[in-house]
Amino acid sequence: MTDGDNPGGDPRSAVPVRRPRPAQENWRGIAVDPDADRSRAEDTDPAAVARLRARSRALLRNLLHPHRRQLAVAVALLLIQNVAGMAGPYLVMLGIDRAIPPLQAGDAGPLTYIAAAFVVATVAEYAARRGFLVRSARIGQAVLLDLRRRVYRHFLRLSVTFHERYTSGRMVSRLTSDLDSIGELVGGGIDSLVLAALSILSVAAILLWLDLPLAAVTLLAFPFLFWLSRWFARTSAVAYRWTRDTIALVIVHTVESLRGIRAVQAFRREPRNQRIFTRVNDDYRRASLHAFQLIATYSPGVKLIGNVTIAAVLCYGGWRVLNGHAEVGVLAAFLLYLRRFFEPMQELSQFYNSLQSATAALEKLAGVLDERPEVPEPARPVPLPAVGRGAVTFHSVSFGYYPQSPILRGLDLDIPAGQTVALIGPTGAGKSTIAKLLARFHDPNTGAVSLGGVDLRDVADADLRQALVLVTQETHLFGGTVAENIRFGRPDADDDAVAAAAKAIGADEFITALPDGYATQVHRRGSRLSAGQRQLVAFARVFLADPAVLILDEATSSLDVPTERAVQRALATILRDRTALVIAHRLSTVEIADRVVVLESGRIVEDGPPARLVHSDGRYAALHRQWLDSLS
Amino acid sequence: MPAEVDGYPGPTTGRHPLDSLWRLRHYLRPYAPEFAWLFLAGLAAVAAGIAVPLVAQRVVDGPVARQDPAGLFRLAGLALLFGLAEAVLIFIRRWVQSSSSLGIETAIRADIYAHLQRLPASFHDRWQSGQLLSRITTDLSAIRRFLSFGLLFLALNLVTYTVVVALLIRLHPMLGLVVAVSAIPLFLVARRFAQAYHAASRRMQDQQGDLATLVEETAQGLRTAKAYGRGPELAARFAVSSRALHDTAVGKGRLLADTSARLDLVPNLTLGIVLVAGAGAAAAGTLTIGELVAFVSLQLLLIWPVQGLGWIIAGGQEAATAADRIREVLDTPPAILDAPDAAAPPRAQLRGRLRFSGVSFRYPDAREPVLRDVDLTIEPGETVALVGATGSGKSTLLSLVPRLHDVTGGHITIDGYDVRHLQLATLRRLVGVAFEEPTLFSMSVWENVTLGRPDAGDEEVWAALTLAQATFAYDLPWGLATRVGEQGLSLSGGQRQRLALARTVLSRPALLLLDDPLSALDVHTEALVETALRRALPDTTTLVVVHRPATIALADRVALLEAGRITALGRHADLLATVPAYRALLAAEPGPPAGDPTPNGLVRS
Repeated sequence: MTDGDNPGGDPRSAVPVRRPRPAQENWRGIAVDPDADRSRAEDTDPAAVARLRARSRALLRNLLHPHRRQLAVAVALLLIQNVAGMAGPYLVMLGIDRAIPPLQAGDAGPLTYIAAAFVVATVAEYAARRGFLVRSARIGQAVLLDLRRRVYRHFLRLSVTFHERYTSGRMVSRLTSDLDSIGELVGGGIDSLVLAALSILSVAAILLWLDLPLAAVTLLAFPFLFWLSRWFARTSAVAYRWTRDTIALVIVHTVESLRGIRAVQAFRREPRNQRIFTRVNDDYRRASLHAFQLIATYSPGVKLIGNVTIAAVLCYGGWRVLNGHAEVGVLAAFLLYLRRFFEPMQELSQFYNSLQSATAALEKLAGVLDERPEVPEPARPVPLPAVGRGAVTFHSVSFGYYPQSPILRGLDLDIPAGQTVALIGPTGAGKSTIAKLLARFHDPNTGAVSLGGVDLRDVADADLRQALVLVTQETHLFGGTVAENIRFGRPDADDDAVAAAAKAIGADEFITALPDGYATQVHRRGSRLSAGQRQLVAFARVFLADPAVLILDEATSSLDVPTERAVQRALATILRDRTALVIAHRLSTVEIADRVVVLESGRIVEDGPPARLVHSDGRYAALHRQWLDSLS
Repeated sequence: MPAEVDGYPGPTTGRHPLDSLWRLRHYLRPYAPEFAWLFLAGLAAVAAGIAVPLVAQRVVDGPVARQDPAGLFRLAGLALLFGLAEAVLIFIRRWVQSSSSLGIETAIRADIYAHLQRLPASFHDRWQSGQLLSRITTDLSAIRRFLSFGLLFLALNLVTYTVVVALLIRLHPMLGLVVAVSAIPLFLVARRFAQAYHAASRRMQDQQGDLATLVEETAQGLRTAKAYGRGPELAARFAVSSRALHDTAVGKGRLLADTSARLDLVPNLTLGIVLVAGAGAAAAGTLTIGELVAFVSLQLLLIWPVQGLGWIIAGGQEAATAADRIREVLDTPPAILDAPDAAAPPRAQLRGRLRFSGVSFRYPDAREPVLRDVDLTIEPGETVALVGATGSGKSTLLSLVPRLHDVTGGHITIDGYDVRHLQLATLRRLVGVAFEEPTLFSMSVWENVTLGRPDAGDEEVWAALTLAQATFAYDLPWGLATRVGEQGLSLSGGQRQRLALARTVLSRPALLLLDDPLSALDVHTEALVETALRRALPDTTTLVVVHRPATIALADRVALLEAGRITALGRHADLLATVPAYRALLAAEPGPPAGDPTPNGLVRS
């Protein structure tokens, strides 16, 4: 917004320009970040597309690498199966040609040998097929498992900024739907690829050996096949990429409407949601339809080329036989082998289709894996000092989520270890931003934030999280029991420690009143617990985690006054020798602070102990008066 | 992560495994002509495919042997014709298949979504959203795949099998019967496979749902996980779940491998028997060698349909269990519906007199009620503050008015109408709620604010935003067209609350329910919002949950909720003077830094 630096102006002047048409086209709004819908690696220009393809191939190679021995075994089994399978018809012919005449003469020997060979071939085929299928399922699933875990871990490593623009629905889509479509490729098809390639090669060799001119006619089909396949590869890559994008939107919309179902129902949003869903659902249908129609064209196209070739060979071959240039037997064999030649092509086209679909998904995942964490782990982490690890320094820190709107400008703040600092100021002054920078959800654009004298960028994540915890008003409870949620603060804590933490914070009473006490399942995002109760669980969690530095960002907003006071008492005990940064709108929370920092538009305007600031004639004094007035 | 078993209504046992799939048949009905056509096209394509080699055989036996170039070209032309026909028929089949199967998938998905929106909050509390999500994605694709390929090839293969066996019996009754009898072991193998695979595929789909739930939850709790540095633990938990899924998938693969190898074995062994018996018959002179060759080549045609059987059954079972899972959702009746004789009084008739009489409420699977015997009347235009300790049931009480839950005892009336006898749309238009947690969707600010009134004009939106002190929205990079991030996370807590409040105000409710709507606002902004609210909504009946004494200034009367009962009702000053529990809850003196000892031995662990 161009006039954003003029907040005093009548906002109505902006209305006509900025007004979005309430048309369905605009319901999603305009994302501030142009890369909102994808990972950065996914771009639309051809070079980026090619780069991503190359990366997804490299990823695939990398995933398959540990299994190369098993793959070799699988291919060997496949070859055995194939040879054994081929032997069947050959033995039948042998039986007819060689066994019947002796049998007529009363000699059952040859037939017995052939029958025995037949049984051996059949059993070998059975064993090899079974072995191959088991092995390929194992390899495929192992690759899938590896990929799934890699992507999940990477998502956890990526910064909050990334997740804010990528949205959770899209993350869900990557880890479910995209992996499913790779799983479909893994589920079946590898054998058709190998077998098809094998029989095409061997049959081509036989054809060339049988009759060169006829083989040349057959090979004429190849340029057409190549051209058709290239067309399919190009169009289907685009088409499947489109299906991946559209299914992600279906998932995003579903996840959000389910999550906000109370708001949806209370505001009668259902019809409009249904219209939007119908649209994203239909977009996905059209995207899939397009992809399916491509394969619906490609597959019969391959068939067509094969059938035309057979007719051509029939005609030309027959003519050659008529003119005495070839034997009848050669023509017959040629026609039989030609069938074996084009039949696998069909399966190959099927496989190619699954491959294209899986590749589109793999590209999306490669794009995510390619995303570098904006808040990277240090290559050579510096350990935090054993003493004084609670000292926090902001040194001329500037930061903005978007370059055009900086929030902090050259902020300097020095908090000695053990001090409790209350950060106050109007909404949008940058209080939460300071909290997030200190928790290293983001790195400053310029300047440095340091803990115990060490720049946060040089602290290993595990060290940092052990030393420092941020509690916000959004308290998330994970699926599992109440006890497990408290234990999230310190995974190795025993049940007594968990209960003691809850007791200290004043959460014990309501937890023991729950149906199963500490073993109560919190279910979906803890919807059974009230917001206040969830904040209590979060506090028990942080009590258990016992960090050297504690950041509380509006962490008590949903508590009633006595409960808040109980929490504060417990905190005061913790905070006595901890460093704490407390952000609260209720000045009651501020009372426990050693020092108050008043922030306005990203700058510190007042700084001092609350007792002194109250008596000065500044902003804190005014706020304090206002607060006292509000209480009476 | 154990699956939440309590979420699945109704047992799926005891019914035929294909029952659920069969019950989805009405989705197929609009496409019945297409399915008939594509089946015919499929059949014709198979016939054309068989005709080509037959023609080729004719060429060798006929024109080539007779030295007849004209005949050669005629037959080659015929082969070309059949070849073209086959390709065109396959094209038609696949083309029609794509649109019909996708049409069915899309229709089912839209219906599930619509049903999910109708199901009450209690359902969504119980069901993990990942499980619901996997139903509309993974499970539906399984059904679509079966409809587009499995079903057709099952039919085509059965036809092929029957025709070929009939031909074989005609060719040589004895040997033909041998082949026909080989169908018995095939059937047994297939049936056993189907049963085992059914269980495995259900387990796998449930595990996929669990995994989706886990992923969704991780996405939700990402900040918490980061704040505590619990990435490794979450990754370990994910590793366990994904390993379970992997094991199930490998087990499924093994089942399929076993069966498909066995299915392959049967026709091969039959071929061996035919070879031996046929050779004997030929030696005995009851069968010519030519007939034996023809017999064997025909029999080879059976291999593919039998080999494909394993995959078709697998796909069928996956579709069947997917259909089970989908029916579990579709069969859950929406508990909160319009009553048959629901009233829709015009807005002008209503003044907004809200009355709770003897209201009690218990969550479906809880033992203890949350609310008991709540009596409270709020006169039109009056503002009542609801005060109570954390977890006393304030938010629950509010959620009963727009029927997000239904009371389990007593009733709630608005101007004498029981809320259960009002049309849901009317009721929810009358009642505006601002929740404790402001839910913003990843949509434009405009769309978020006009959630309850899509037809609102620019002026009204502006007025609502001004009232809620949310005009900052105009200064966002794209103004009101700016997409606010997921759940509005790129906005601060206070900003989100103000947008949610603007949304509530914009819907011009007769009854305003505010659940601690200003908790994240600073005192100054809160005062501005309060003044504006009082000015703008003089006639609106308001029930507001508050924690802070300051907000109570907004209220005419205060109700104290203690352990699900209203224990005191009156003016703030009176209650403060007469009710100790109320005083304890709202006494204004700031908490002194702790004087009393708190257990802290734990902290130093």
